[in-house]
Amino acid sequence: MNAPLTAKDFATDQEVRWCPGCGDYAILKCMQKTMADIGADPDNTVFVSGIGCSSRFPYYMNTYGFHTIHGRAPAFATGLKLANPALDVWVVTGDGDGLSIGGNHLLHVIRRNVNLQILLFNNEIYGLTKGQYSPTSRLGTRTPTSPSGSIDAPLSAGAFALGAGAKFIARGIDTDAKKLAPVLKAAQEFNGAAFIEIFQNCIVYNKDVFESFVGKKTAKETQVHVEHGQPLLFADGTKGLKLNPQTLALEIVEVGEGGAPESDILVHDETNAILAQMLLTLPKETYPMPLGVIYRAPTQSFDDAFWATHATQGKRTGKVADALRKGSVWNKV
Amino acid sequence: MGKITPENQSVVVRFAGDSGDGVQLLGAQFAESTALAGADFSTFPDFPAEIRAPVGTTFGVSAFQINLGARRISTAGDEPDVLVAFNPAALKVNLPLIRKGALIILNTDAFTARNFSKAHIAADQRETGELDDYQVVEIDMSTQTLEAVKPLGLSKSDAEQSKNFWALGAVLWMFGRSRTPIEDWTKKKFAKKPEILGGNLAALNAGHAFAETAELSAEIPQFVIGEAPMNAGEYRTITGAEALALGLAAAGELANRDIMFCSYPITPASPVLHHLARMGDLGVATFQAEDEIAACCAAIGASFGGKIGVTSSSGPGIALKTEAIGLAMSAELPLVIVNSQRGGPSTGLPTKTEQSDLYQAVYGRNADAPLPVIATAGPGDCFDAAIEATRIAVRHMTPVFLLTDGYIANAAGPWALPDMADFEPILSNTPPVINGDATSEPTAVKRAIWSRDPSSFGRPWTAPGMAGLAHRIGGLEKDIATGDISYDADNHQAMSELREKKIEAVADFIPDQDVIQGETKGPVAVVGWGSTHGAIWRAVNDVREQGYDVAQIHLRYLSPLPKNLGRLLSSYDKVILPEMNMGQCATLLRDKLGLEVIQLNKVSGQPFKISEIVDVIKKNYPGKKQAAE
Repeated sequence: MNAPLTAKDFATDQEVRWCPGCGDYAILKCMQKTMADIGADPDNTVFVSGIGCSSRFPYYMNTYGFHTIHGRAPAFATGLKLANPALDVWVVTGDGDGLSIGGNHLLHVIRRNVNLQILLFNNEIYGLTKGQYSPTSRLGTRTPTSPSGSIDAPLSAGAFALGAGAKFIARGIDTDAKKLAPVLKAAQEFNGAAFIEIFQNCIVYNKDVFESFVGKKTAKETQVHVEHGQPLLFADGTKGLKLNPQTLALEIVEVGEGGAPESDILVHDETNAILAQMLLTLPKETYPMPLGVIYRAPTQSFDDAFWATHATQGKRTGKVADALRKGSVWNKV
Repeated sequence: MGKITPENQSVVVRFAGDSGDGVQLLGAQFAESTALAGADFSTFPDFPAEIRAPVGTTFGVSAFQINLGARRISTAGDEPDVLVAFNPAALKVNLPLIRKGALIILNTDAFTARNFSKAHIAADQRETGELDDYQVVEIDMSTQTLEAVKPLGLSKSDAEQSKNFWALGAVLWMFGRSRTPIEDWTKKKFAKKPEILGGNLAALNAGHAFAETAELSAEIPQFVIGEAPMNAGEYRTITGAEALALGLAAAGELANRDIMFCSYPITPASPVLHHLARMGDLGVATFQAEDEIAACCAAIGASFGGKIGVTSSSGPGIALKTEAIGLAMSAELPLVIVNSQRGGPSTGLPTKTEQSDLYQAVYGRNADAPLPVIATAGPGDCFDAAIEATRIAVRHMTPVFLLTDGYIANAAGPWALPDMADFEPILSNTPPVINGDATSEPTAVKRAIWSRDPSSFGRPWTAPGMAGLAHRIGGLEKDIATGDISYDADNHQAMSELREKKIEAVADFIPDQDVIQGETKGPVAVVGWGSTHGAIWRAVNDVREQGYDVAQIHLRYLSPLPKNLGRLLSSYDKVILPEMNMGQCATLLRDKLGLEVIQLNKVSGQPFKISEIVDVIKKNYPGKKQAAE
C-alpha cells in the first residue's frame, strides 16, 4: 500500500440503504474514519453481522465481511477468529439480533473472551421487521405486537455483558463521533471480547427514544463521561457521583462552593466490577448516562488460550499414516 | 462337551450385565484377542441410554455382541450362540435374542431374591422351565472371583469388580486364546492402580483355570475357529467413529489445510469429537460450541477463514443447524456435516440405530437448497467416506452431508490399513490473482471472486487475510457475476438454476455405480445404503450359494445419484431395498429415477438380521425355488 488509506477508502461501491436520518449512518461514518485513523488493513479486517438493520453494516465497509443469519454472528466470528487469529474481527449486532434471538451466542462469545469487538446498536425496537418491541424496549412501549404497551421487563445490555463475564464494556452515542471514536479504538486494542453498546436512534419506529440524555443542549447535565483515574464529574464539573456507604448506592452531589469537596467524588476505576455494575444500572430517568469505557479488566483471550493449549499449538507435526498405526496393529501374511 | 467346530465357521457371543459390570471392556478385549488370532469379526455394543441405571434393573442392562469366524464376517450376527449373563436382568433382556439351543453361562451369585425383585422377575428363571431349550452352565462367578483375589487383600467391592476379567479368562479358554496380549494390555491400562491390576490378573487366570478344569466334567465346550481368509497386510480394530475422525484428519492432510471441527455433544455422535480432540498434531482443532447452531456457524466461520470447517451431530442437532447450512450453501462455502443417525423422531432412541435422516439431508431445508449427500457403509469405510465428503465440499464449494449411524459409530471390526499414497490430493479452486490493493477497481475483484469453475461450478476459495480480495458475502441473494446483493428476478432464477446445476455436476466426478456381488442384470437386485451393507452382503452371499441369481448394489452417493444408476437398476426384474426407516431411500429412487422398489423397512432400533433379508429375497424371487438347487 502506498498512501495511507482515508475514510473514503473504507466505503464500498454499494448504495447505503438505511432510512434517511438513521443513526446507523453516523456510526458507519465514525467507523470508516476510525479505520483510517488506526491504519487498519482492509485485507485483515472482517465485519461479521447477523440479521437486522444494523447487520447490513458489513456491506458498506470495504473490508472482508460476512452477513450471516439471525443472532448467530458471534458464533461465525468465533470460528473465523479461531481459524485465523491474526484477523481483526468486528461483530455488528442490534438489540433484537444480539439480545433476543442471539442472546445465547452473545453470552458465550463474551464469557469465552474471544478477541473481537462487538458493536451492539441499541435502538430499543425491531426496525427491519417494522417496529415490534425488543428486549430493550421500555415497559409500556406500544407497537404492532404490543398494542396495550409491552409488559416485558427491559434488559440492560451493559448489565447483561457484565453478568456474562465481559472484560471490556463501553457505551457511546451514534451521533457523538468525537466520543465514540476513542471507544472504538480502545475496543480494537483490547485483547478479548470488547462489548460496546451504541445508543442508536431509529428515526422511523422509535424516534428520539434516547432524547433525555443524547440532546446536545442538555448533554452536560445528562451524560457522565467516565475516564479511568478521573473523578465521576459532570455538568462542567459542578456535579459528581458520590458513593453513599449506608445505601451502597451512587448519589448525585453538587461539587465545589457550597457543595461537596471534589475528594468526595468517586474516582473511576475501570477495573472495578462493582463500580461497573452500579454505573451500568443507574436509572436513566434520574441519573446522567455513563458513557465511555466503563469496565476494562484484561485477561487471556479465548483464541490465545485455544492455541496455547492445543496439542501442537496449531502446527501439523504428525502424519496420518503414523496415526493409523497407533495402538494394536497386526500383520496378516 | 469337548470341541465344537461350527458348521458355518462362525460363532456369535453376547456378554450382558449391569452398566457397571465392565461388559464393554470384556467384549473389547475378547475382540482384540480374536483379531490377534487371525479370525474375522464384527462387534456391536448395545448399551442403555442411562449412564448408571440402578443396579440389577432391566433398563440398566448393557451388552456387547461379537460375531467371529474363519470366514468373512459382515455383521455382529443375528442370534447369539453363546450368552454370558451376569445377572437375572441381563438374562431376562437377552434371552429372547439368542438362538434356541444356545449356550448360556450364568453368574449364579447374582440370582438372588433381591435381584429378581429389581428386575421384576416373578420366579427364578432357572426353575421355571424357560431355559429348557438351552444349554445352561451355572457358575458362581462372584464367589470364584473373590476367592481368586482374596490373597491380595482387596475390599469386597473392589474384588468383585474383577469378575469381568474372570469371565474373560474363561472365554479365552473356550476359544483357545493366549492370555499374554490381554495381560500386557491390562498391565498398561491399570499401571497406576496396582491393587486393581493385581485383582484383574488374578481373576483372569482363575477364570481360565476354572474353565480348563471344568472341561474335565465336560461342562464347558471349546470352540474351534480358525483364521479367516483376508488379504495380506497391516490390520487394526477400528470403530466407525474413530475411522471417521482419522478420515477427516486424512482429508486435511490431503488438502493441506487444517480441519476445524466444531461440535456439540450428542449421542451417538460425540465419540467423533472425542477422537478428533486428540488428533491436534494432525492439523486438527476442535471447538465445543455452546449449542448445535453455534457449532455449525463456527464451522462455517472457519471455512470462511480458509480452514476446512466440519460440524457433526445426530438428527435433532442437525435440525438445529439447518438454517446455517442453508447459508453455507448460499455463500458457496465448503462444509462437511456428519450425521450419526439415531432412532427418532424427536429425542427418539438416542442409543439405538436408524437411517431415518435421509429426507432431512436430501430435502430438509427451506427453499431450493440442494446439497450433496453421501453415506458410509461400515466402520472402516468411514475413513474413505470422510475423505470423499471433504473432496466434494472443497471442489464444489458446498456443504456436504456425510451420513453414518449409531451402529457404524460404535461397531468395530478388523480394518486393512489404507496407504495414504493411494489417495489423490484434495485440490481447492485457487484464489484469483488481482494486482492491486483495497483501492483497486472493485468490480474486477468481485468478478474474479465469483468466477466459478466451468465443470464443478465451485468458486475460488478466498479467505480474509488474502491481499486485494476484500469482499462481502452473505445469505441475501447475490448477483451471479459480482456477488452484490440482487433482488433482480432473472438473476434469482439464474442463481437457483446454478445451485441446482452445481449439485448435479457432482455426478460428473463420481464413479459409476458398481455391483458388489452378482451380475449387472437379472431377476433380483438388493439395493442398500449405509450400515445395512454387512447384513445385505451376507444375505446375498448365502442365497447365491444356494443358487439364487441375486445381485448386491450399495449406494455411497445419494445426492446426486450416480449417472448410471437408473439404467443399472432397470436391468433387474425386481429391486429390493432394505432400510432402517419407513422407506426414505425408496422415495428418493422413485423421485429421482421413477423406479419402484420392494421395500423392507425396519425401525426397531436394531440392525437388520441376515435372515430377515434372506427371507424377503426368497419371498420375492421369481418362480421362488425355480432357480434354487
